Amino acid sequence: MKPRPFNYTRPSSVAEAADALAHYGENARILAGGQSLIAMLNLRLVDVEAIIDISQLKELSEIQLKGDVLEVGAAVTQNRLLAWPELEACVPLLAKMLPWVGHFQTRNRGTICGSLSHADPSSEIPLALALLGGSVVLRSKRGTRTLTADQFQTGVLSTARQPDELVVAANFPLNMGSGTAFRETARRHGDFAIVGIGAVKAVANEIRLGIGGVSARPFVSSLRFEKASDIVAEIEKLVWQFDGYEDMHATPRMRRDLVRHMAPLVIEEALA
Amino acid sequence: MGSAADAELTENISPTHVGRALPRKEDAALLMGKGRYADDVPVPVGTLVAHVLRSPHAHALIKKIDSGRALAHPGVRTILTGEDIAKLSDPFLTAVKEPLPQWALAVERVRYVGEAVALVVASDRYVAEDAAELIDVEYEPLTAIIDPREAVRGGASLVHEDAGSNSVGFREFSYGDSDKAFAEADKTVSVTVEYPRNSFTPMECFVVVAEYKPADQSYDVLSNFQGPFSAHPVMARALKTPGSKLRLRTPADSGGSFGIKLSVFPYIVLMSLASRVVGSPVKWVEDRFEHLLAASSGPNRITEIEAAVMSDGKITALRMDQMEDYGAFLRAPMPGPLYRMHGASTGAYDIQNLEITNRIILTNKAPAALIRGFGGPQLYLALERLVQRIAIELELDHIDVIRRNLLPADVFPYKTPAGALYDSGDYPRAVEEAVGDGRLEALKKKRDEARAAGRHYGIGFATVVEPGMSNMGYLSTLIPASVRERVGDKNGAVSLATVNVDPLGAVTVTADAPVQGQGHATVLSQIVADQLGLDPDDISVNLEIDTQKDQWSIASGTYSCRFSPGTAVATHLAAERIRNKLITIAAKQLNTLPEDVELSGGNARSKSNPDNAIPFARVAGTAHWSPIMLPDGMEPGLRETATWCPPELEPPSKDDKINTSLTYGFVFDMCGVEIDPVTYQVRVDRYVSMHDAGKLLNPLIAEGQIKGAFVQGLATALYEEFVYDDRGAFLSGTFADYLVPTASEVPALEIMHIESPSPFTPLGAKGLAEGNCMSVPACIANAIADALAVKDVLLPASPRRIHALMAGDEQVPPEGATVSQASSAPASRDGRDITGGGSFEVKAPLAEVWRSLLDPDALRDVIPGCHELHREGENTYRADVSLGVGPVRGRFKAHVALSDLEIERAARLAGSLSGPLGVASGGGHVRLSATAIGTRLDYDYAVTVSGTAAAVGGRLLDGAAEIIIRKFFEGLAKHVSPQDAADVSGGGLTGLWRRILSLFGGSR
Repeated sequence: MKPRPFNYTRPSSVAEAADALAHYGENARILAGGQSLIAMLNLRLVDVEAIIDISQLKELSEIQLKGDVLEVGAAVTQNRLLAWPELEACVPLLAKMLPWVGHFQTRNRGTICGSLSHADPSSEIPLALALLGGSVVLRSKRGTRTLTADQFQTGVLSTARQPDELVVAANFPLNMGSGTAFRETARRHGDFAIVGIGAVKAVANEIRLGIGGVSARPFVSSLRFEKASDIVAEIEKLVWQFDGYEDMHATPRMRRDLVRHMAPLVIEEALA
Repeated sequence: MGSAADAELTENISPTHVGRALPRKEDAALLMGKGRYADDVPVPVGTLVAHVLRSPHAHALIKKIDSGRALAHPGVRTILTGEDIAKLSDPFLTAVKEPLPQWALAVERVRYVGEAVALVVASDRYVAEDAAELIDVEYEPLTAIIDPREAVRGGASLVHEDAGSNSVGFREFSYGDSDKAFAEADKTVSVTVEYPRNSFTPMECFVVVAEYKPADQSYDVLSNFQGPFSAHPVMARALKTPGSKLRLRTPADSGGSFGIKLSVFPYIVLMSLASRVVGSPVKWVEDRFEHLLAASSGPNRITEIEAAVMSDGKITALRMDQMEDYGAFLRAPMPGPLYRMHGASTGAYDIQNLEITNRIILTNKAPAALIRGFGGPQLYLALERLVQRIAIELELDHIDVIRRNLLPADVFPYKTPAGALYDSGDYPRAVEEAVGDGRLEALKKKRDEARAAGRHYGIGFATVVEPGMSNMGYLSTLIPASVRERVGDKNGAVSLATVNVDPLGAVTVTADAPVQGQGHATVLSQIVADQLGLDPDDISVNLEIDTQKDQWSIASGTYSCRFSPGTAVATHLAAERIRNKLITIAAKQLNTLPEDVELSGGNARSKSNPDNAIPFARVAGTAHWSPIMLPDGMEPGLRETATWCPPELEPPSKDDKINTSLTYGFVFDMCGVEIDPVTYQVRVDRYVSMHDAGKLLNPLIAEGQIKGAFVQGLATALYEEFVYDDRGAFLSGTFADYLVPTASEVPALEIMHIESPSPFTPLGAKGLAEGNCMSVPACIANAIADALAVKDVLLPASPRRIHALMAGDEQVPPEGATVSQASSAPASRDGRDITGGGSFEVKAPLAEVWRSLLDPDALRDVIPGCHELHREGENTYRADVSLGVGPVRGRFKAHVALSDLEIERAARLAGSLSGPLGVASGGGHVRLSATAIGTRLDYDYAVTVSGTAAAVGGRLLDGAAEIIIRKFFEGLAKHVSPQDAADVSGGGLTGLWRRILSLFGGSR
């Protein structure tokens, strides 16, 4: 469990980071919190020429309200955002989901944007971004572009980031809906979720539901309903659309059943 | 370390140090980071570092190992393979006569994922791991056997061909008259129980530092080996050297063991040989991945157990057929778990008729060996599940069936039908105290209320007789009495300890139980302090072992609860001899008789005239300074080594009765669990554990041991399992999939004690550190069976397994629902292959697509990450590819073959991959059809993955396989229709592909 040799560089600005990325291209990996990357390096699952460490970049360490979004810089750790006093008021869903991300110790290092970039299908932060309809800001020497969560995460551990691009921030929309809720189930607290479900009350009689762990990417859907019994029927339609992945912890059928049981509870909580 | 007032209070309760809840003297250093673990011990200058290359295959022939590129890597000193090891060493001794040769590296064939194939010795670990990736091993995969039931079926692939069978040991035992009892029984109750494969993982993994000394052809080894030291001769024989030339030293501190650190012994041999080859000391530190993959585990066991019962619940006979799966080799001292409990097979119950069938099975899993509990958890899961089933089938209360069958208090010492001599106990009292004070009533009330509300609440019980200090003769039971007679009986169990008093009266203790973290130094200092009238702080205990200098015997080591009934007693005896000697010396100096002298408060004094006293140090000094002045016949010096070998540990009798252990404690557990119908998780609501371990030497340490065993029992019941798929791939190679419970998962434990001192040891103490490993899985399984009213409960009772018990049939998709292909198929993976399929449409004529599939130049373009492609034969190719998903990427050698060609209609694609990340093989079909815009391809696939990728990435394998296979077809589309590919490279293909798929209602 020792990594292969690699170059390590710690640029002093985003521009320098972009230069380094332009130089190394797909042979570089960005190190922010390292909570997934370092383990993968040690297991030799990733083979890279260079590690570009952005964790100390001041320009990426900001948590800012910008218009109707909360912008979280790429070096902001999960615990820093969780401890940010206005989080609950600005993006209540994130405040509910972040405590489920790994463990206290991993949240001390792990970053918001790192989790988005890693794009694990069961992760909470990509689910939050997808559910809230947020976006990711990418920078390269060629310029800056913003991708919606849906455009950004393309599959298992896969994103639309180009090899020369650096994720510099994530934008979480403010004031999304009047009620939010989140639940997940995992083998132990802090484990990869078997299923995670978030809900946001959009308008009357409509709920945005986000489900993690059931498909290659967060599964987001809007549910319209007139009465409570409609919800169950709508969920029943949803569960048949999952990718149906299987691992040692759950079968596709079990994932459908977990959503059948948990989604109504999450929706009820969001509506309350 | 406690206030003076506390000390005074404790003093008042117990006049001696033994029995006091003395805080552990080990803890201060450990808590301040001052522990000295094996990896901390400085190594000689010039020490090299080793790394083990391991098999990605569960079963394969090693066709060729090419170390050329690796040897050329800067910093590499040597590379050893099985061929070298077979020349330098002998195979390890085993307990059966079947030919199951095992060396420290795989010879000719690998038999489990993770088996050591080659050893790289280099300047540092990074270099060694880099070089290991450059070793080219050519394997010819063979069918792997994972399920022990399949292993014994005719025609099964053989783990060891020379053994002729995967069943390498079979014995039947009969005590009493079971046939009669079953014929006369009111009812027969049976259940089949499967005990899972798991381990208890220490924080510290294996460490070996080995140095070959050419001057006297000896080996000097430092390793965190724990014993039993019966493995020392096994190592020495493998090294073809006398035991005296294998000096084995153990470090001062341990990061835990739980039995597993016996299994470092093959690596001790491996590193010793490596040192001999390179001429420098060699150090190896096992990493966590290696540990989970290949260190060892407890054996999994399938038990078919049945009871003859009377309608009042009385059990009159037991029959059990135990099929134990030891993995790929029978490593000494296996098959211990099948026989260690043999005498105690009837547990806490008065059952006079017993039949046992024991089967030793080999499969393509990592070799099993010692872990905490050692056969007890397997036995009691079966026995206690049976008792619960008896209650259900007779419509009796479970606790009443236990009460009806418990051995009464007046039978001790009690000889069981299989020969165990239970020393002491009061089982009914222990049970009644545990269920009393309204504890059981409260649980029943909770269950009633929960059930009335439609919730799933269950109550479980388990009783356990917990053995302490194994009879070295128990393993002989596996060979028939006639053979035993010929080869000579093994028996007994020797414990050794030394107490030394220096000229200034300072006391040191050494003993034959290496440190594993239990707090033994504290307990031994309590024992010695009592004998010498000193304070425990005055006693220095050193439990490092040096086989060239220290007392040890075949039974030495820290295992099977031998400390309290064994090493502690030997220490007590050695201290007693020192005391007697000091009293005799002091009597002369005090002008009184020895009978009148006592050692207390740091003095020797006359009991009749307490003013007549001299300091302990002066008496001790006499033995050193004035040997001529010593009383007649007394040997000078103050060093006593005591040997303790209790006579009760007799050899197995002609009729196969064996007193497997010296002491037998008792555990009774009771719990309430609730099952969450939303998440299928089992929550332990309340847990009570009653213990009778005889005299408690230190209640605080006892509590720590009980809590530790409880957590590990909980782990077996609900969390930890080594998972292999049906083809032998190992799937639980990280702590994300091998789930050790954390503090959040551990419920409160209510511990109770009664004390029935053992009459067979001077201290009256029994072992107690394994009981809850044995009782908790059974107790929780019983509670789950009660909660869900089910007969079969597989452990660990994961949400997935609970779901299988609760789910029932699934409703069909509602009308009009979009159903993904994966959802409509049956489970995509059932421990076998990863399967999937999809459809694809490209803007190119069918004939061109077909041509591309058969064209090597096109394939080079189409195969994802292809660097080179060589044609090997008609439609068969060899390629170097870089493959991955997201950030994960590895280089592989690939073989691809097209077959079953139906021109311009269909073909079969098959292939394999191998590289440092592991191996994969699989195949599938592709079908072509013409459409309005071009050509449609429909494909399906089934792949199997093994090695690192499967061990650490199981959760993502389905998705990863899908992506990689999709890339192939993306490549094909790009090749035949570059126009579209332009759109594609912007990441649009995924979207396009999804849209196309959605036309077919599928997401893959």
